[in-house]
Amino acid sequence: MSLMNEFTKGIVRENPLFRLVLGCCPSLAITTSVDNGLGMGVAFTGVLLASNIVISAMRNIIPDSVRIPAYVVIIAAFVTMTDLLMHAFTPELYKALGIFIPLIVVNCIILGRAEAFANKNTILPSILDALGMGLGFTLALVIVSSVREVLGGGTFFGIAVLPENVPAILMILPPGGFITLGCLLGFLNKIQKKTA
Amino acid sequence: MQDYFIIIVSAVLINNIVLSQFLGICPFLGVSKKLSASLGMGGAVSFVLVLAGAITWAIQSYILKPFNIGYLQTVAFILVIAALVQFVEMVIKKYSPALYKALGIYLPLITTNCAVLGVAILNIQKEYTLGKAVVHSLSHAAGFTLALILMSGIRERLEDADIPECMQGTPIALVIGALMSMSFLGFSGLI
Repeated sequence: MSLMNEFTKGIVRENPLFRLVLGCCPSLAITTSVDNGLGMGVAFTGVLLASNIVISAMRNIIPDSVRIPAYVVIIAAFVTMTDLLMHAFTPELYKALGIFIPLIVVNCIILGRAEAFANKNTILPSILDALGMGLGFTLALVIVSSVREVLGGGTFFGIAVLPENVPAILMILPPGGFITLGCLLGFLNKIQKKTA
Repeated sequence: MQDYFIIIVSAVLINNIVLSQFLGICPFLGVSKKLSASLGMGGAVSFVLVLAGAITWAIQSYILKPFNIGYLQTVAFILVIAALVQFVEMVIKKYSPALYKALGIYLPLITTNCAVLGVAILNIQKEYTLGKAVVHSLSHAAGFTLALILMSGIRERLEDADIPECMQGTPIALVIGALMSMSFLGFSGLI
């Protein structure tokens, strides 16, 4: 039961983007289309899962005083692998995400989970924690990018859903990212107030 | 000379690192409540950004490229930045305790500021020379500080405003960011 809890907490209750407001940079920059949002979410989940497994396995070996640099190196290694894999197998997505793939290294969610969870738990809970957090972040990215793609480009997964002259191009430009996330956060706060 | 001018204008205004490239959003939202704090943060980030820009450029051209180990870029850069931040922290602590106190927690947090790593990688991607890389980093640092100061100016005034409860804090800050980003879009015709 408590294992299940580790998994589900990241999806809604402690959703990294909507509840904890971590990892804002990629979620604003690459959410111009659902494809990109989903791709980023999957890449992110992969890195988080791998780094959580390694860090929880090595938590007794790494001395406390150098743990942060050690985590950063472990995360950077996995990010490099992801970067190379994406370059080889999904060149289009690689181009669209561009600089934000290497920047997964400095995504505060990953280091945050390493420090707050993997550091203190065994491998199995850490895997579930990573999967839950990754799923939550991916879900958040998909929601933000759906809003932006539908309103800004008039398409959803590349399929036209709005008549040609309805979409506001502003929504896929930088300001659209800020507006979408701001309004979504406000909306979620409102819902939470009501249920609480 | 013209090249440098274009780099400066485009990095500070047109491709402002926070408002149009979405790098360094966390401090932009987190430390922009007070003008004094955002000045300190801007200064500290600028310092590290320019130093990191120069050092990572040197590492890329003198170590990674000659030995053909470009795939180690991410690992090498993040280590350099982490070490640099630690080093800057120690130097400031030793020689200017007052400044060290003023910067406080912001100093170690610069390591995870994606603006620093982002600009370092951009320098390499655009294949700048050392001079251009430094100017580019410097202008992005100026753009970051500018955005942070503007934001904190607006947020200081917002303290007295009547904002709906659910929009207080981060949501309203994001909407302000949207408006600022929209006005910065107006600069895109400059070049």
